[in-house]
Amino acid sequence: MTIVWVMAAVLLTAAAVITMFRLLAGPSTLDRLVALDTLVAVTMCAIGTWAAFSLDTTATYGLTALALISFVGSVSVARFRVPDSDRSRSTRRLR
Amino acid sequence: MSALDIFTAVLVLCGSTLALTAAIGVVRFPDTLARMHAATKPQVLGLLLVLAGAAIRLRGNVDVGMVILTGLFTVITAPVVGNRVGQLAYREQNIRDDLLTKDEMHEFAEKRESGGNGQN
Repeated sequence: MTIVWVMAAVLLTAAAVITMFRLLAGPSTLDRLVALDTLVAVTMCAIGTWAAFSLDTTATYGLTALALISFVGSVSVARFRVPDSDRSRSTRRLR
Repeated sequence: MSALDIFTAVLVLCGSTLALTAAIGVVRFPDTLARMHAATKPQVLGLLLVLAGAAIRLRGNVDVGMVILTGLFTVITAPVVGNRVGQLAYREQNIRDDLLTKDEMHEFAEKRESGGNGQN
C-alpha cells in the first residue's frame, strides 16, 4: 500500500511543478488565473490523499475552505481585474 | 489489505493521474480557452476521484461529511468559474480563430445586428 501513496505523491508533485510554469509564464492574466485554479485543485487532491493516507481528518475542514475560497478568488479576479491589452477595448469581435 | 483498500488505491491513483494530465494540458495547450478546458474538466474529475477514495478510506468517521461537501462545492462552483473565464477570454480575443470549429457567439451577434432592428 505504501507504493500507492508514494506514486500519488510523485504524480501530484509533478502536476504542481508543471502548473507553476504556466503560472509564471502565462502571457495574460486569465492564463495565470487558470493555472492558479489548477494549482489549488492539485493542493486539494494532495490534502485528500494525505487524509486517506494518514486517516487523520484534521485537514478535511481545510479542504472545504479551499474549495470555497478558490471559487470566490477566481470569480472576483475575473470580475475586477484590469484588462491587460488595448485590444480588449473592442467589445465586438472583428474578423 | 481488503478489497476496499485496493479500490481506494485505484481511485487515488486515477485521480492523481488526471491531475497530472490537467497540469500538462494547462501548460501545453495553445490558447486560453483550451487551457480553461484542461483546468476545469479533467481537474474536477480527478479531484472527485481522490475525494471518493479518501471518503471510502475514512468511512465511519464523522468528518467524511466535509469531504463529501467539498466534492459538492467543487461540482457546483467549477462551471461558474469556467463560464466566467471562457467568456472573458472570448471577449478579449485571447483565442485562436483557426482552432475554433464553431463560433456560436459570433453567429448570435451577427444575427442580432442584422435582424434586430433596434428591438434590443
